[in-house]
Amino acid sequence: MKDLRTRLAAGDVLVGDGAWGTMLMAHGVRPGEAPESLNLTQAGVIEEIASLYVEAGADLITTNTFGGSPARLRQFGLDGQTEAVNRAAVEAVRRAARGRAYASASVGPSGHLMKPYGDADPADIGAGYERQIRALAEAGADLVCVETMTDLAEAVLAVRAAKSVAPDLPVMATMTFETTRRGFFTVMGVSVEQAVRGLSEAGADILGSNCGNGSGTMVAIAREFRALTGLPIAIQPNAGLPEPRDGSLVYPETPEFMAEQARGLLAAGVAIIGGCCGTTPAHVRALRGIVSAMRS
Amino acid sequence: MSILSDIAASLQRGEDEEVASLVRQALDDGQDAVAILHGGLIAGMGVVGEQFREREIFLPDVLLAARAMYAGLALLKPLLAKDGVPTAGTVVIGSVRGDLHDIGKNLVGIMLAGAGFDVVDLGSDVAPERFVDAACDRGASVIGLSALLTTTMPVMKDVVELVRARGLQDRIKVIVGGAAVSDAWARQIGADAYGYDAASAVERVRALARTPA
Repeated sequence: MKDLRTRLAAGDVLVGDGAWGTMLMAHGVRPGEAPESLNLTQAGVIEEIASLYVEAGADLITTNTFGGSPARLRQFGLDGQTEAVNRAAVEAVRRAARGRAYASASVGPSGHLMKPYGDADPADIGAGYERQIRALAEAGADLVCVETMTDLAEAVLAVRAAKSVAPDLPVMATMTFETTRRGFFTVMGVSVEQAVRGLSEAGADILGSNCGNGSGTMVAIAREFRALTGLPIAIQPNAGLPEPRDGSLVYPETPEFMAEQARGLLAAGVAIIGGCCGTTPAHVRALRGIVSAMRS
Repeated sequence: MSILSDIAASLQRGEDEEVASLVRQALDDGQDAVAILHGGLIAGMGVVGEQFREREIFLPDVLLAARAMYAGLALLKPLLAKDGVPTAGTVVIGSVRGDLHDIGKNLVGIMLAGAGFDVVDLGSDVAPERFVDAACDRGASVIGLSALLTTTMPVMKDVVELVRARGLQDRIKVIVGGAAVSDAWARQIGADAYGYDAASAVERVRALARTPA
């Protein structure tokens, strides 16, 4: 497999995968369980989900390590197994990918607000990220994916941690923005401009946004990123916000709808297009179709 | 009345020490604790809630303002209790079983406290029985349920059903909220109200608490 950075530098557009949480639930994770515990107890299921996304045409497969930082695992009494949980996740993706896709090592928020807004000590959070990312890198991750961040200080800690313990791996860093009257901001008040500056200075190789309220808004967010940075941009939207239907919850954006929006993302110069909450292998297949059609 | 508006303004700037010192000064001047609570703290948090709802300010500003509010509240609470001043009501809140996310729930707790309610925060991953038991024990008229995950949202229905099973639906109202929660969801599970954001949750809780028991 070609080096990721070489492909991005050549202007290649890559397809990310879709949601993991909903897939895990469909495979029997119960609410209240750490989704990451399945990396140890049901590695076969993890490999199977990864395979579904590889077959759907994803170039990057996210590892099931969003909550794999010790701060997050501690809530389930699993922090002692940080290394094993993260290692097993990368190995499952690598087995499924067999050289056809990159293992994108997910690193999510710690779940704690840092001082002075909360109790968490930034030094602890940073050390936790280093521990998680070291395990991910040693297991053979191809890139680090810092995602769903709303606090720039925390995102910067994760990017710096990656650059310090895994300097050879590219780092993708994406934040989650809301639409306000004054533009796009995270709930912590970070603008796209501040995100671009802070994440670039921390050494991120790929910038962008994930999660949020749907693919339509993401086109506008992508344009704002494009105007502010020359780095490759990654966009991984939710399939909208879930709506109750017949006693269950359904994400409204269909694969076809998202593929339509993907045209706008491609026109805005996005280099990595994938999905977040509510997206499925069918969404990824639709994105793959658009991206491949554009290339040919 | 200017010291009360000073308290409100200082609270909005998140100055906890300044708020405490102004509250002390107002008490020394002979101002009534209830007047300070309403004209200073509740008024200030009302503005903060409104500004956050419009995203003129963000979560960090709200958290700092909350710290200032609590600094003032700590001085007033003993006086209010001594005088037997009734609070706006008691609300039990928590994130439902299986859900460990608590930032949104904490924000609602802050806004409720800032609106004069007694808030019993059970934390996250709270079993349905604990919500109902706590509401009974503490004489709460409202239970506030939070869930971030689509996979934990169904647990909200268990709480609504438990309130009914115990025949408490006339005394205890249930309000739900969370990123993916909606009015339609609240209706579907039989909850009494839905809080779109922290500010609207306070409005709805006020209306529910006013409903005669």
